[in-house]
Amino acid sequence: MTLLHLAILSPFLAAILVPFLYKLFRKVHTGWFVLVLPILLFIYFSQFVNRTMEGQPVISIANWIPSLGINFTVYIDGLGLLFALLITGIGALVILYSIYYLSKNKEQLHTFYVYLLLFMGAMLGVVLSDNIIVLYTFWEFTSLSSFLLIGYWYKREKSRNGAQKSMLITIFGGLLMLGGFIMLYIMTNSFSIREIIGQVPEMSQHDLFISALVLILFGAFTKSAQFPFYIWLPDAMEAPTPVSAYLHSATMVKAGIYLVARFSPVFSGTPEWFWIVSAFGIFTMFWGSFNAAKQTDLKGILAFSTVSQLGMIMSMLGVGSAAIALDSLDDNIFIVATLAAIFHLINHATFKGSLFMVVGIIDHETGTRDIRKLGGLMSLMPITFTISIIGAFSMAGLPPFNGFLSKEMFFTSMIRVLEMDVFNVETIGLLFPIFAWVGSIFTFIYSMILVFKTFTGKYQPEKLEKKPHEAPIGMLISPMILASLVIIFFFFPNILAYTIIEPAMASILPSLLADGGHFHVHISGWHGPTPELYMTIGVVLLGVLGYLTLTKWRSVYRIVPKKLTLNKGYDRALYCLDKSSLGITKFYMTGFIRDYLVYIFTFFIVILGTALIIKQGFSFSLEGTAPVGIYETVLAAVMIIGTITVLFSKSRLTAIIALGSVGYTLSLFFVLFRAPDLALTQLCVETVSVALFLLCFYHLPEFKKKEKKLRFRMTNLIISLGVGTIVTLIALSANSQRVTETIASYFIENSYKLAGGKNMVNVILVDFRGFDTLFEITVLGIASLGIYGMIRVNVKREEEG
Amino acid sequence: MEVLMSIVAGVLFTAAVYLMLSKSLLRIIIGTGLLSHGAHLLILTMGGLKKGAAPLLGEHAQSYVDPLPQALILTAIVISFGVTSFFLVLAYRSYQELGTDDMDQLRGNDQHE
Repeated sequence: MTLLHLAILSPFLAAILVPFLYKLFRKVHTGWFVLVLPILLFIYFSQFVNRTMEGQPVISIANWIPSLGINFTVYIDGLGLLFALLITGIGALVILYSIYYLSKNKEQLHTFYVYLLLFMGAMLGVVLSDNIIVLYTFWEFTSLSSFLLIGYWYKREKSRNGAQKSMLITIFGGLLMLGGFIMLYIMTNSFSIREIIGQVPEMSQHDLFISALVLILFGAFTKSAQFPFYIWLPDAMEAPTPVSAYLHSATMVKAGIYLVARFSPVFSGTPEWFWIVSAFGIFTMFWGSFNAAKQTDLKGILAFSTVSQLGMIMSMLGVGSAAIALDSLDDNIFIVATLAAIFHLINHATFKGSLFMVVGIIDHETGTRDIRKLGGLMSLMPITFTISIIGAFSMAGLPPFNGFLSKEMFFTSMIRVLEMDVFNVETIGLLFPIFAWVGSIFTFIYSMILVFKTFTGKYQPEKLEKKPHEAPIGMLISPMILASLVIIFFFFPNILAYTIIEPAMASILPSLLADGGHFHVHISGWHGPTPELYMTIGVVLLGVLGYLTLTKWRSVYRIVPKKLTLNKGYDRALYCLDKSSLGITKFYMTGFIRDYLVYIFTFFIVILGTALIIKQGFSFSLEGTAPVGIYETVLAAVMIIGTITVLFSKSRLTAIIALGSVGYTLSLFFVLFRAPDLALTQLCVETVSVALFLLCFYHLPEFKKKEKKLRFRMTNLIISLGVGTIVTLIALSANSQRVTETIASYFIENSYKLAGGKNMVNVILVDFRGFDTLFEITVLGIASLGIYGMIRVNVKREEEG
Repeated sequence: MEVLMSIVAGVLFTAAVYLMLSKSLLRIIIGTGLLSHGAHLLILTMGGLKKGAAPLLGEHAQSYVDPLPQALILTAIVISFGVTSFFLVLAYRSYQELGTDDMDQLRGNDQHE
């Protein structure tokens, strides 16, 4: 346990303190206390930048379950550090924003900050763990805390539904991912990511390799809202806006991106990894931006835009994985895709975070997020307008904002797919730049909708709940910081390039680097008249055209009927699952004891019958059997007649007496088979039993005395015959193939010698196996107490009633 | 002999299962009675029949029958007697309280699950 472990666990520890602080200092907004922690963590993690720049990862191990190889190993390399800085940095800004966003008097602040801290700790754990089981543990913690945060306003039905949906989908993916992790363990016998990467050459031939790849991608795709699992993200917008800004744009949804990047050294170089990651990514990019343009809710637009941008990063990671297939570093043209993915990851966190905060401000100050009600806010909220212009233009990929740089690199990497000569890309490789380009046009359109439908046009005060005015300064600080980062990263992208991006690339593509080598990244805003520049110009021209003619082509969205959308499909699937499981349960859980007995006996017949047949267990021999005597034959006939009389008796009295006759015949059998003690006991017990039966019979209520014939049922007959036959067959087989000798000789020799008794049965009962008898006495005692209790309780109730 | 006894036990099992599948509570209890008879007979048969004198050392016989199954059966008889009498009183009490012995009517309803 070192300071590093403590740093990762500190949000969990702080979460314990939050409710006390909330109760003790009611006058102070709880967020101020919480704000200290992410700032300290950000400073703490910043000091590792020098180490990772030199390519020296920080490793620290704390034992957790060493016998299973599960240890809390913290491993800080470029990739982990990048995420840790994002989580703590944006976390601090979001908490600052939430202090002004959430009211001290109206909201349950302590639960909010407890959940948020849980989330922050879990996210830090995910990105800094080297042990995959620990990673999985923290991964599920993020799902859980996200569920709690989405359902923060738990009295609203939509919040609860959104929370449930995100929970079901992300946990589904998380469990599949666990399956993939266990397969990795089976292949490499290690839970450590570093050791797994070390064993890649031997492992890639293993049968489970592709299954592990697919399962781990399920985890990444559900968490990062890739097609078709993105449907939970728009519904998660019911969460408070700081949560949306933090979890659903900057951090949690990037956990899937992190996972793909982290496992790139293991899986990249295989065609499956390339195709799944980049194809799903590029389609998600297109689909998300296409759907974002039809939303009327500001947060809806941002949710779909997040989906689209995550797809973009994912597709770049996929294309970047092709770099592994080429050996030399110098002319490796696919490295740019990985570089672009990391750069855009940072850029997206900055502009999307600021846009969410802007939307939160608009919601806070006007009371609505519906673009049909908003308009003309430019002069009323000038600062908010400026920030949203910066964010949205960066999202659209325009200069002078950082989105422009990463979008150019995105186009570069997509165009280079055309030059790829591995993985059979030749045939449909052209689709990559086309999807990217069309998706970017829609990105441009929705970015313009976001800004201009809100801030320009006609001001409609009659539709707004509040009189809008500029937000308080505290609320504006965080988005202002993020928006200035958007511009700073455009003009000085290389401050990121050397410190953050190069080490992160080294962790994604380690096999391309010789020992001590570096990637040399230089990002520049102007790189000559290249195809990607013309593509951007095309995006702007078509985007402007698309935005101006919005009303004319909006009917496109009605081509797909509402019933066929993925959301309807999800709802339908849940409904059907619910209905069908209820139907199945109702079908077999009838409530009739007879039905359950039918299941049990049928199972008995089928299992034992098939076992007898498959194992060829049946055998029959007369060897060693005793000769059939006349007395036994007569008694057997009497017993069978008695049994049949029980079956066919019309009155219960006959049945009871016939049962008695069977019991007495059994005691006669005991006499014939040399068992005097048994005969005696059987005689007494049968007498008392018959008396008891008669007693119950006598107490039957009057109207029930009408005798009715036993209802004949064919199934009952077949099942009972089946049980009888199976019992007989097993008895015959067991009798015909005795494996070991009896241990009777021991009792015969030692009954007198050791126990001093001549009646062997009694000696066994009280001496050799006395414990059986003790508990048999207990059984009788409990039965008699139970009977006494049943009758007494009745008396008491009659007295009271 | 063992073959004959196995068949008799099979007949007892058949009848017992048939009765247990019926509607009347009393018939079900009669069925359990027959089932325990069948089981006891089966234990005795599986121990081997008529291999010698009764298991009393005073007999001074050449060979004795196996005493162990007999001890087991004795225990089983007493336990099944205890359970049967408990069930009988339970059945008697449920007649009193619920006024029926028809298993189809003795079900939980929707309010009562």
